[in-house]
Amino acid sequence: MTELWDAIVEAVRLIVSLDPEVMEIARRSLAISATSCTIAILICLPLGSLIHFRRFPGKKLLISVIQTLFSLPTVTVGIIVFVLFRRVGPLGELGLLHTPVVMVIGQAMLITPVMLGLIISALSGVDRAVSETATSLGASRFQMMVVTVREARYAIMTAVIMGFGRAISEVGLSMMIGGNIAGFTRTITTAMLLETSRGDIELAMALGIILILIALVINVALNRLQQK
Amino acid sequence: MRKATCYVSVWVALVSLLVMAIGCGGQGAEGAGLLQPKGRLRLATTTSLYDTGLWGYLEPIFEEKYGVELDVLYAGTGIALEYGRGGDVDVITIHSKTREQQFVAEGYGVERVPFAYNYFLIVGPEDDPAGIKGMTPEDAFKKLAETGTASFVSRGDDSGTHGKEKAIWKSAGYDDYEAISNAGAWYIEAGSGMGPTLLMASEKQGYTLSDMGTFLSYQGKIDLVPIVDQGSILLNVYSAIACKQSKSLDMATNLVNFLVLPEIQELIGNYGTSQYDVRLFTPCAGAEPQS
Repeated sequence: MTELWDAIVEAVRLIVSLDPEVMEIARRSLAISATSCTIAILICLPLGSLIHFRRFPGKKLLISVIQTLFSLPTVTVGIIVFVLFRRVGPLGELGLLHTPVVMVIGQAMLITPVMLGLIISALSGVDRAVSETATSLGASRFQMMVVTVREARYAIMTAVIMGFGRAISEVGLSMMIGGNIAGFTRTITTAMLLETSRGDIELAMALGIILILIALVINVALNRLQQK
Repeated sequence: MRKATCYVSVWVALVSLLVMAIGCGGQGAEGAGLLQPKGRLRLATTTSLYDTGLWGYLEPIFEEKYGVELDVLYAGTGIALEYGRGGDVDVITIHSKTREQQFVAEGYGVERVPFAYNYFLIVGPEDDPAGIKGMTPEDAFKKLAETGTASFVSRGDDSGTHGKEKAIWKSAGYDDYEAISNAGAWYIEAGSGMGPTLLMASEKQGYTLSDMGTFLSYQGKIDLVPIVDQGSILLNVYSAIACKQSKSLDMATNLVNFLVLPEIQELIGNYGTSQYDVRLFTPCAGAEPQS
């Protein structure tokens, strides 16, 4: 257990001294996950609304499939993205393998099912009376949808927090398509894996603590938005 | 509408922060940055060259000299060759002579350029439970297989070291590698790089085959000692090959040539000597060393 205490001390030291390497990978983790989360929101909010508000055959099946994809392993997405973006793959010409850009794409793919499913669930949770009242007061279809989304904003924000959490904590995908290249695609989670495999347990744990702290700060910020 | 504007402006602010963060991410110095991997050379290196820190040492020197960003990928020989074939990396540095020659013969590599060598050794717990100290590598392996009680941790990852291990088994008379790997609970396939494999062997107080460089650089983290270190089969030659599928073949060739420059050869030879009192790597400037 002394390792845990040493790790906490090390984490504090790294933060306070603004250790450049740690700052660099922390900033990268944050940038990549926040970007992929934003992209996912831009896809999932309209798409989720579309799926929720429309009737179409196979809707229940689609939602089941989306929820099944919650369990999609990060390495599975990693393999798919790897096969797509390697030089001999269909998107190989872009030369994006082992770059932060492909990590953003991969993470966005990873968290889209979760965010989509939770947003649909959030919208379903809104009382029917809300949309019916809006329509009866003369709201257009679009205005009705906006009102419902507003009503569900608390749960939708939870979906966003969930998606971000999944993105920043994943390691399998980042390792496979990012390559853990020092100074370029190394993130907190991949660095933790490396340091553990090197036997540098304290540093790995310290990085883990820093990751949790970042998640805490983000969550507090998003929570404030949630309460508004 | 006020609330919506507030919402939107917060998101816009966050997004622009992100864009700035990404834009200034990485080294920041190269204009190309993250979106276009221009000015970046990709190297897949065998894990034993990485775990010793040799690449961490040479990387800035190369980057300074040629003004490119060198991306070093930690990969076993098997994956490195796969990346090289597909053109996902520009240069590979590995240590498996037959597979290197095949790689070049099949047209994927320009030329096999040996640049340094050291030796493998069998390491194990100090009390040597299998009693193999001082034996030849082949006899030691035979004894391990026959007694079947002491653990042996194999790389199990199709790496150069793994290839050498298989070669020793073959030389010891065990042609069927499948049989050995299924021989019993004593044979453990780690599926990891050299560093993690050493750590695992130390945890289990078992034996493993390691290159000298990684073993030395892990002193203090592992509880293992050299057990068998004599035998011509233990020669370990590192070569660099520029990959023909690369989009930066000129720079790739620069890296290969860089490794055999006299001043770099000297640096390689001296690497780690102050720390370990012994050479981690012996330079061999493009010529195949005789054991």
